[in-house]
Amino acid sequence: MNTHEIQALERKAREIRGLTIEEIGYLGVGHIGGALSIVDLLVLLYHKHMNINPKEPGWPERDMLVLSKGHAGPALYATLADKGYFPLDWLLTLNKGGTNLPSHCDRTKTPGIDMTTGSLGQGLSAAAGLALGRAMDRKPGFVYCIIGDGESNEGQVWEAAMFAAHRKLSNLIAFADWNGMQIDGLTKEIIDMDDIVAKWTAFGWHARMVDGHDFAAMDKAIEEAKRRAAPGIERPSMIVLRTIKGKGASFCEGQVTNHNMSYGIPQTKEALAALGVPARLIPELVHGA
Amino acid sequence: MSDQKEMRAVYAETLISLVEEGKDIVVLEADLMRATGTTAFAKKYPDRAVNVGVAEANLVGIASGLSAAGKVPFAATFACFASRRAYDQFFLSANYAQLNVKLIGTDPGVTAAFNGGTHMPFEDLTLMRVIPRLTIAEPSDPISLAAITRLGANLKGSFYMRLQRKPAPVIYRENESFSIGKAKVLREGGDVTLVALGTVMVNEALKAADMLAQEGIKATIIDALWLSPLDEETILAHSGCGCIVTCENHRVTGGLGSAVAEVIAEKAPGVRLARIGVAADLFGEVGTLDWLAERFALTAPHIADAARTLIQQK
Repeated sequence: MNTHEIQALERKAREIRGLTIEEIGYLGVGHIGGALSIVDLLVLLYHKHMNINPKEPGWPERDMLVLSKGHAGPALYATLADKGYFPLDWLLTLNKGGTNLPSHCDRTKTPGIDMTTGSLGQGLSAAAGLALGRAMDRKPGFVYCIIGDGESNEGQVWEAAMFAAHRKLSNLIAFADWNGMQIDGLTKEIIDMDDIVAKWTAFGWHARMVDGHDFAAMDKAIEEAKRRAAPGIERPSMIVLRTIKGKGASFCEGQVTNHNMSYGIPQTKEALAALGVPARLIPELVHGA
Repeated sequence: MSDQKEMRAVYAETLISLVEEGKDIVVLEADLMRATGTTAFAKKYPDRAVNVGVAEANLVGIASGLSAAGKVPFAATFACFASRRAYDQFFLSANYAQLNVKLIGTDPGVTAAFNGGTHMPFEDLTLMRVIPRLTIAEPSDPISLAAITRLGANLKGSFYMRLQRKPAPVIYRENESFSIGKAKVLREGGDVTLVALGTVMVNEALKAADMLAQEGIKATIIDALWLSPLDEETILAHSGCGCIVTCENHRVTGGLGSAVAEVIAEKAPGVRLARIGVAADLFGEVGTLDWLAERFALTAPHIADAARTLIQQK
């Protein structure tokens, strides 16, 4: 990627962060921290790597994403809305009764959501099943999956890890959002996952850690994983992303309390100003601007 | 009626023939392929047989992903694990996600026999019955097993089937037709109605009806086959005698007895009900199937006793 492309992605990421902050801020409460930590990855996937068609969300040949840390749904919704999967103003309906955008990802409600998630630990199994099904049909393309660091406490993650390695599902490219925080505190204090790259390597994956806010580094890791892919022959890839929980939200970035927090219009306004992006959703901010 | 067929062999043969007919089936096992008897399937279609190892949560998760990729996954494990251990996965990744996962719980109730109380599911039906829109079946013989496996495969939606692995007597004719949610009336009689579910209990109900017949008591026998949707129509149509005995290889709380009790309470409040099944306060134990059936009062004499008592109370 050249500087130009990187700058465009960085600009897009600021926009998606702005939309996510507005989306949750309009409701007044939500999982802002873990949503913002994966925005750069989502932007890189949806604007560079994934073979998708927003006009046909169910296109069978598409690349798929399982957001196993389903509570980060709002960031994915902002990414999908911006891509044209559904109207931008749906973002203002987050978690309201009857909405198509529930707190946690739901494949039956939201165009572009490939798997229902929310009970942590289940998404990587589903992603492995999707990757296996596609490998059985000799379909090209990739299944991407994003898990959390706190989520990695779940035993099922490691069942899926063994399975995907055993079946050599190299059409599965997974990411672990290593923001170092979970609901009750720092991951190091709750359950220290220690050398996570060594763990994934020991489980038979190609594993490495990169800066989850560095587009060039993430892009290189994804390109490598894609180049290597040969289902049935090569192992799956785990790219651990060193991230900052709440990245880009001036009022809560890096704070352990940002997992699911309350904030309102004033903080939203302040954060948008700090990001340098205009309000696009909340009427009083859009018109007041 | 005296013919026996190994149930697991029928299950594997049916899945093989479904693939031959073009159904995109994938068989999943969690290190119990030999037990379920799907080794025959794996030999014939190695690329469609997936062993996930001893990992039931992952079994159901992988099946859900395969379903999202358009496959028709049949995942089997002991019913205790299919229900108790992988419940949230089946609830959420399969059912809430509106996918098409077929989950097979083997060794239901006392058929777990020598594996004992740890492996003895008396609550799988209770757990499954509260999952919205889930179709639940327990075949009573090899013929109904083949038919229900086919119906399950062709159904668009998730499906739970109890499967006794061992040989069971043939009850139905080869060409008998079955449909989802339809029970079968095996015998008609005007004094009492026995509603039974599964191989063990349908056969015990048949014996109980013979015992009652010797005393001049005529029993209707309904082979429920489906717990969900329950064939309320057939049950209500045979409630005119005023006495219903439910017979299940399962705890009486939450399974067939509870389901029928709900129907009676709302739609036929005058009808008397007795529930034959494992008592609410008991866990499973180890022993032979016969010993366990007696230990938990599931056998024909207990069914006949319950029927007599209800008739006397009329």
